Amino acid sequence: MRFDLQTLRAMLAGDRHADRVVPPTGFTAQLTVFASGAMAFLAVFALALSLASGRLAEAWGDELARTATIRIVAPEDQRAIQTTAALEVLSTTPGIASARALTDAEQQALLAPWFGQDLPLDTLPVPRLIEIIAADQGFDATGLRLRLAAEVPGAILDDHVRWREPLVSAANRLRLLGWTAALLILGAVAAMVTLAANAALAANAQVVAVLRLVGATDRYIAQAFVRRFTLRAFAGSAAGVVIGLIAVWFMPSGGDTPSFLTGIGFQGTGWLVPLLLPFISALVALLATAYAAGRALRTLT
Amino acid sequence: MIELENVAYSYGGGELLSDISVKLAPGSFHFLTGPSGAGKTTLLKLCYGALLPTSGHVRLFEADVRTLERDDIAMIRRKVGVVHQDVQFLDHLPVRDNVALPLTVSGRHAEAAGDDLGELMAWVGLTNRAEALPPELSGGERQRAALARAVIMSPDVVLADEPTGNVDWEMSQRLLKLLVELNRMGKTVLIATHDLSLIRAAKAQVQARVLRISNRRVQLAGADL
Ligand SMILES: Nc1ncnc2c1ncn2[C@@H]1O[C@H](COP(=O)(O)OP(=O)(O)OP(=O)(O)O)[C@@H](O)[C@H]1O
Ligand SMILES: [Mg+2]
Repeated sequence: MRFDLQTLRAMLAGDRHADRVVPPTGFTAQLTVFASGAMAFLAVFALALSLASGRLAEAWGDELARTATIRIVAPEDQRAIQTTAALEVLSTTPGIASARALTDAEQQALLAPWFGQDLPLDTLPVPRLIEIIAADQGFDATGLRLRLAAEVPGAILDDHVRWREPLVSAANRLRLLGWTAALLILGAVAAMVTLAANAALAANAQVVAVLRLVGATDRYIAQAFVRRFTLRAFAGSAAGVVIGLIAVWFMPSGGDTPSFLTGIGFQGTGWLVPLLLPFISALVALLATAYAAGRALRTLT
Repeated sequence: MIELENVAYSYGGGELLSDISVKLAPGSFHFLTGPSGAGKTTLLKLCYGALLPTSGHVRLFEADVRTLERDDIAMIRRKVGVVHQDVQFLDHLPVRDNVALPLTVSGRHAEAAGDDLGELMAWVGLTNRAEALPPELSGGERQRAALARAVIMSPDVVLADEPTGNVDWEMSQRLLKLLVELNRMGKTVLIATHDLSLIRAAKAQVQARVLRISNRRVQLAGADL
């Protein structure tokens, strides 16, 4: 079947008479609606996963890339001197936006979850921490390490790269998988609609023969089927998307911290992305039925 | 209008029709007869592009069927009204919508036909069966509905395959009268039938030529009919 704007317009406008020439098929209709609904529901989750892992990858990549820590591990009497020396080095290192030593109170707060509130910090050999925030262009970690080794023997630079990179690439991989799943789901919709359309055409061979006899063109016959399946796929996916969105909405949220399981969901304009699904599945159904009908009508005489 | 030139048609192994040359001139009235299985239905199908000849030429409205696209065939179906031997309808639609179906598929709607449709239903005597579903019709009613459907587009040619196959004598006379009337309105008519009494009855009303298929060929039957 040739497909162009005129066909599309006629299809959207609808033709009460043309619709009626193909008998209503209760069961396949319901199956098509149900299957596209289920697919859309799954697609909502695939999209939620993709968008969430995307956000996570960005957050980790961005924030962690710009922070680093220096630990000053030195005997009690050396600690303050070495801390000052390290800050000195940092102040002359290009690419560092700010650096400051954490106060005793801050260190206490960091350790509190593990050792309780009344930890006597001054009697323990707890290293002093220096928090570094890099400028946008970042700094040369290897160079900094060499300088620190020469000037501040007790300083250890931890730029988070070691544990950050696998997390970021895992999140990126997850995002890719999510998109792949969404694409596969659309493919499944296309396959399902093609099968259903073929079944409908075969079941209606007599209808097709009668329409042929009275001078219906292939395009006219195909359109009656195409319109039907397109509308069914649209209705089914719309329902599936709504249910999927409600399910995502009620997923427990982890507050502001981007953690993995609690972060699956949509944010801001992300909520609009799944709303495209019914239109995309309608388009997929339209193309699949047009293809199936075109092929079937060429062989059916 | 419809012209067959040295047409042969075979299926599988056997040749069913060979060296057939027939010309249906505008406004002519033809019968096609011959024993059961002789190829009457096949010849009719060649005449509206449902089958392609194995060899020779079939010309429909001056165009060789072999050069026609699928859409062209669809357009020709709108100019040729066909009554099938085994009449088929859309069983989920009432008779009146089935009769109006050629209008529907060509983008004109039954509403537009309005009075014409009512007149046509009355002409074939189906006014009070208009809302019935096709499976509820008797054999004769089906054939009359098929005839109404075949002529609603006011086609140039009407091809009828055993239009009186399922009906009693009286009804066959009524159907014949409808076909003769169509011919008087200028339509080209071809009726395939093995009912010789029908042919005799027609000859009293209209100038009809009788083609007989025997031994795979078509001959013009003499005045003995
Ligand atoms: N495609 C085909 N495959 C097999 N056999 C065929 C095919 N087409 C026609 N035939 C055979 O050709 C013969 C003629 O068929 P056709 O329907 O044209 O006969 P007919 O003259 O209309 O007979 P009837 O008076 O019984 O309607 C039949 O024996 C039929 O079985
Ligand atoms: Mg026959």
